[in-house]
Amino acid sequence: MTATRDRRVTVTTARGAAVSADGLVFRHRGAPTPTLDGVSFTVPAGAIAAIVGESGSGKTTLLRCLAGLERCERGTITVGDRTVIAGRDASATLRGHVGLVFQSFELFPHLTVLENCVLAPITVRRVARADAETTGRALLAQLGLADKADTHPSRLSGGQCQRVAIARALAMAPACLLYDEPTSALDPARKGEVLEVLAEVRAAGMTQIVVSHDAAFVTTVADTVLRLDAGHLVSAPR
Amino acid sequence: MVLAVLVALVGTWPVLAAGPVDDAPATDTASAGSGDGTPASSDALARIRAAGELRWGADAQGGAPYVFQDPMDPNHLIGFEVDLAAALATELGVQARPVQGQWDLLLDLLQRGDFDVALNGIEVADEKARVALLTRPYYVAPERLTVRRDDAAAPRTFESLRGRRVGTLPGSLAERILQRAGAEVRTYDGGQNEIYADLLLGRTDAVLLDAPISLYYGEIDPALAGVDADFGEVRYAIAVPLDAEPLRAALDVALGRLASTGRLRAIYERWGLWNASTAALLGDADGGSRGVAQALETWRTAVGKPPPFLERLRDRYPRVLPLFARGALLTLALSFLAMALAVPLGVVLALMRKYGAAPLRWIATGYVEFVRGTPLLVQLIMLYFGLPELGLTLDPFVAGALALGLNYAAAEAENYRAGLESVPVGQLEASWSLGLSTVQALRHVIGPQAVRIAIPPATNDFIALLKDSSLVSLVTLTELTKTYLNLANAMRDHLGLGLLVALWYLAIGLPFSWLARRAEARLGRHLRTVA
Repeated sequence: MTATRDRRVTVTTARGAAVSADGLVFRHRGAPTPTLDGVSFTVPAGAIAAIVGESGSGKTTLLRCLAGLERCERGTITVGDRTVIAGRDASATLRGHVGLVFQSFELFPHLTVLENCVLAPITVRRVARADAETTGRALLAQLGLADKADTHPSRLSGGQCQRVAIARALAMAPACLLYDEPTSALDPARKGEVLEVLAEVRAAGMTQIVVSHDAAFVTTVADTVLRLDAGHLVSAPR
Repeated sequence: MVLAVLVALVGTWPVLAAGPVDDAPATDTASAGSGDGTPASSDALARIRAAGELRWGADAQGGAPYVFQDPMDPNHLIGFEVDLAAALATELGVQARPVQGQWDLLLDLLQRGDFDVALNGIEVADEKARVALLTRPYYVAPERLTVRRDDAAAPRTFESLRGRRVGTLPGSLAERILQRAGAEVRTYDGGQNEIYADLLLGRTDAVLLDAPISLYYGEIDPALAGVDADFGEVRYAIAVPLDAEPLRAALDVALGRLASTGRLRAIYERWGLWNASTAALLGDADGGSRGVAQALETWRTAVGKPPPFLERLRDRYPRVLPLFARGALLTLALSFLAMALAVPLGVVLALMRKYGAAPLRWIATGYVEFVRGTPLLVQLIMLYFGLPELGLTLDPFVAGALALGLNYAAAEAENYRAGLESVPVGQLEASWSLGLSTVQALRHVIGPQAVRIAIPPATNDFIALLKDSSLVSLVTLTELTKTYLNLANAMRDHLGLGLLVALWYLAIGLPFSWLARRAEARLGRHLRTVA
């Protein structure tokens, strides 16, 4: 119960930043038509945006571009004060500053929950282990996982794994947090928990972008809905 | 005074000759080679005198009565050629040191500079004279046909050999004689015991080999008999490097003196080998043997009827323990060194193949395919005998470890690549999205997960490597398997000693299997999914 009350306080000290894209074009190698064809939008700092659309409309690709995992052909991505111009390698600019919660979470199975959360801060940011662990434990506590810190992911439920993935991303104090289909791996009863977590992360001021095809979920949670159709944005942010 | 020195030196020869063939297996034999880049044999005689020792190459597996481990005391090397080498060294004013080399490679090893002379039943033949200088012959051995005593249908003349199955050693004069006779030739790479064992078992109808071999391995069995007929004869000479004419001349003089003083004859008589042809060769009027063939009688006693297993277990096997221990140590050292090379090289190759740019990928793939697709034996021979042609002469131990290491690196690379492939690509992307570089991701995320997958096949490979290391006996190293072969041939005991050597291999290999299983379990204990 303590854990639940803890979740009322701020999840992270990092403030979210505005995220915008301008004229993004992305094409898979050798593909005749682009997967993203001139996508432009702005998500204000601290808002939750949903990216929706049919399968193959480019939702996940857009998310991967924003996370710095793909290289765009044209356009720019701006996250806070960081701007990536197409054609340049986005990895150094976006990776580590944009958190991504994978659909399958991709927790590191050989590491404990806490080790999952401190690996990047220690390795990338050169944070002292003790400091990283203090932050990591605080994050886990706020997400209701205080007693799971020294457990390995194989012993966790799907919902718990998702919260570890969120904690792991937040540990890098990112400027925004991206989710790929956060409800797909969970049974319907657990969707409520996801909503709760998103709401708390928003309360902390974090910008969040969620790819989902779950209409009910989207209408409940999103401030902005970006509808993709064959690589085009058909519904501008309201 | 000279005589006194000679006598003193002669007095010491059994001690010298007693040194096991692989004494100082690695460094000595090789550093004495042409490591300085000059031809091995230039001014060989001067170097022998300067070093104070005559390194003579022979194969202890070749067996009695040439060069073999004393069945009564396997830590000692005996044979009529051991006696001859000691006598020759004394004539040159130096000491004799035997160097182990596979018999059919003796002339190659000689050319490489692994020893000064090859002295081990080397036949005087044209093709040998092309790759080495030969001294005057020191022995004439008639070719002797051996058959089963009770086999009335056995071939007993040259003509009757046609179409019959006859065993012999490969590359020998006997083999050429048998081919000329139209016999169905069976050659054996192992020891002489096997050749006569097959005759006893009826797998062959006869065996044609040099008389000394027939005497010590064939006719010693009451069920076998030698045939008194002329099948030709073979002369043995000492081989020296092509450019070592002064050494050859000095050896010829020494042989002449040993013949004229009767010392050579004394050696042959002791081994029961004195015959009319050799008498004629050495200019001795008397072809009949007068001396007691003391060494032959000792051999008969030692191997005539192998003692019961329990007795061997109690009396013989404890005495061969030091030899096996030394062989095992060499096997272990070679395997560890090879693995220490194979593991990091395998990691680099696997990373090049999985994550490298196109040219690196091609190089790694090419290496793996080439090394995996060609026999280790060929690679070893290329390294050991091929590289000297390019001016790089490797120490036998280094060459052995290098060949094994380079070979197993290819296998390891594939094991590690399988490990890397088994880690989902999402793990790398998750690492990237957290800001980790590819190198950091490999080190902290992919690597630790891949290792667990790679452990079982890597352990398998290490145990295979332990066994494959027996190939290095080719390059003068007497490791565990070669120790067994030498002893088995000298003691005529293949089964008991075979079990013994098997135990040694298991004693080395099983702890690794156990350690690997534990490591795998430890690394994998968190990867179980929830029940």
